[in-house]
Amino acid sequence: MDTTREQLEQLKFRDPARARALAEALAREVKAIGRAPVSLMHVCGSHEQSIARFGLRALFPRDLHVIMGPGCPVCVTDMPEVDEAVALAMAGHRVATYGDMMKVPGSVKSLADAQGEGGTIDVVYSMRQAVDLATAHPDQEVVFFASGFETTAVATAAVLMSGVPKNFSVLSAHKYIPPAMEIVAEMPGTRIEGFLAAGHAAAITGAVVFEPFVKKHKVPVVVGGFEPLDVLAALVKLVELVRDGRAEVANMYPRVVTHEGNKNAQEKLWKVFKSTGGRWRGIAHIPDGNLRLRDEWAHVDARKRFRIDVSQLRDYAPSGLAQRCICGDIMAGIRQPSDCELFGKECLPESPVGACMVSSEGSCRIWHTYGGVPDLREVG
Amino acid sequence: MAASRSQVDRIGLKHGAGGRAMRALIEDVFLGLGAPVDGIGLSALDDGAAIRFGDRWIVITTDSHVVHPIFFPGGDIGRLSISGTVNDLAMMGATEPLGLTCAVVIEEGFPRRDLEVIRDSMKQACDEAGTTVVTGDTKVMGKGEVDGIIINTTGVAVARRVVSDAGLEVGDKIIVTGTIGDHGMAIMTRRRDLQIDGDLRSDVAPLNGLVRAALAAGGEDVVAMKDPTRGGLASSLHEMAGKAKVGILVEEAKLPMSRAVRAAGEILGIDPLVVANEGKAIVGVRAASAEKVLAAIREHPLGRRAAIIGTAIAERPGNLILDTGLGKRLIAEIEGEPLPRIC
Repeated sequence: MDTTREQLEQLKFRDPARARALAEALAREVKAIGRAPVSLMHVCGSHEQSIARFGLRALFPRDLHVIMGPGCPVCVTDMPEVDEAVALAMAGHRVATYGDMMKVPGSVKSLADAQGEGGTIDVVYSMRQAVDLATAHPDQEVVFFASGFETTAVATAAVLMSGVPKNFSVLSAHKYIPPAMEIVAEMPGTRIEGFLAAGHAAAITGAVVFEPFVKKHKVPVVVGGFEPLDVLAALVKLVELVRDGRAEVANMYPRVVTHEGNKNAQEKLWKVFKSTGGRWRGIAHIPDGNLRLRDEWAHVDARKRFRIDVSQLRDYAPSGLAQRCICGDIMAGIRQPSDCELFGKECLPESPVGACMVSSEGSCRIWHTYGGVPDLREVG
Repeated sequence: MAASRSQVDRIGLKHGAGGRAMRALIEDVFLGLGAPVDGIGLSALDDGAAIRFGDRWIVITTDSHVVHPIFFPGGDIGRLSISGTVNDLAMMGATEPLGLTCAVVIEEGFPRRDLEVIRDSMKQACDEAGTTVVTGDTKVMGKGEVDGIIINTTGVAVARRVVSDAGLEVGDKIIVTGTIGDHGMAIMTRRRDLQIDGDLRSDVAPLNGLVRAALAAGGEDVVAMKDPTRGGLASSLHEMAGKAKVGILVEEAKLPMSRAVRAAGEILGIDPLVVANEGKAIVGVRAASAEKVLAAIREHPLGRRAAIIGTAIAERPGNLILDTGLGKRLIAEIEGEPLPRIC
């Protein structure tokens, strides 16, 4: 790996002087809108990471609210999906998944609990590792519990298309983000005036995927990257569009994202997956929000291969703590992690109550990691 | 406080990781052992103890060393066991150790050759620190009863003036004596077989010579010292800020960091600020003497990349504020072991 060149490349997008200029532009444009606050939403944990890690909120004008929406695929994985994985593990199959999925609560148990009770669960860093497990253990059924937005789903599709061992199957919890934006835009509790869309997902779908949304909801969408200057520049563009009342799609990440996207990846995605309606944890039923394997792929679909019996895992009331978790409202952008009475007290990364504290993409986890968002503008 | 602190029945790895969980455990379980002494005792939770003896101070510290792998780039458990204890003494201002004790617990079947290599490393580190092992103890445990080898060392020194880790006041400058995160990142990438371009080597080294130079240059203006081992720079600065009831503003651009550590941090998703150092010190200095002390540290071979990284401020006592050059945010106190990001 050429770290030097990568770092120089990165530093270009972390230049403090240019950041300050963009922050001034942001303040100017928000003021020009003439009403407060202006609420914008991003839908990606990596955007929140960047904002929190670099302390960008201290650069935002006070009247600009940048809210994290449902941008964490692990967090919106619903209890029944976790239950299915737990049931498969308890039935003696080998479940492989990403580490973030281990502690996501199911109705009764998480995968970590299932492991404690004798289930075999392997944490993998890529789906390829899960396939290797299946090759190494031909006598066992290996089920890959797949999570992630369309970006990761493309990788799942590509591996399936390249051929997998007979004892390998996929339990898909993949999610498709554009329909979720529709739901959040229509929620009565939020008044979002513009959306910042995730650059890596748009690299696949293309900026064009947001055109119907923009027409229908009359709010602008700007595709943005993840370095601090990418985020700031995208926000400036978004606020400009709000100021001018222009509901359009703008691409502020052209070094990665094209209008049409990656056709090859899209083909793979839709060849293997179809979008179906399903619940996103804490948010709502999202029409077309879940990615499930097409019928042609039934032979590698864990839902078709096994009779998954989750009856043992239902009919339990959630614990008292879980009832007080406001994860759903946080992902819908209605409330913030700091509004939650459990945040940083009963709910910690080591002992998470809600999914937003489990995943490194979850807003509670990110806020906790970077010390929350106290107003530090005047400090020092 | 008690309500929000989760009481557990079993000790977890996080209780030894140098973060909030470890401090809570020590406070809940062990603090009652320490009756007040004339000087710095257990209740101060400092790097060691200092007991008044006539017009001098007897400084004592002890440390048990376990590390996996036992041999790592830049050092081994032997070098670590000497350096760790010498450094804890030095952080209290005691830079002339009278001698060290050494207790070794060895697992049945441990290679004799490895033991000799470890002994040679200990000797080498003692020579660098200008001290020696004066007494010891050896135990062998059955296979599986201990994992490889554990080395405990205790150090004793006499000092004229003791420097605690609680002495910061508003306006004081914070010096770090070189690049951060080297030891922890070298260990973590070795454990995970991660290939990083550039040299990731532990910084493990005895720092008493460097501290002696700093004290000679700054005298009484050196007001607080700490070696940022487990929990890294962030944990140590949190402790210093908490004990002195000041905030500490850290400028990210000033943090000395090797390119390889920076890259490893980005790949593993681990902030080098929370990663262990074994050859670095944090030195708090009155502003007027800061440049003078910095220059003296930089003169020392182990301090070439020393830098003033921050300032003690009145706002947000007990907190660390990171100025990223773009904006400011708090640095969270770590709870336990920083785990590599999974996805």
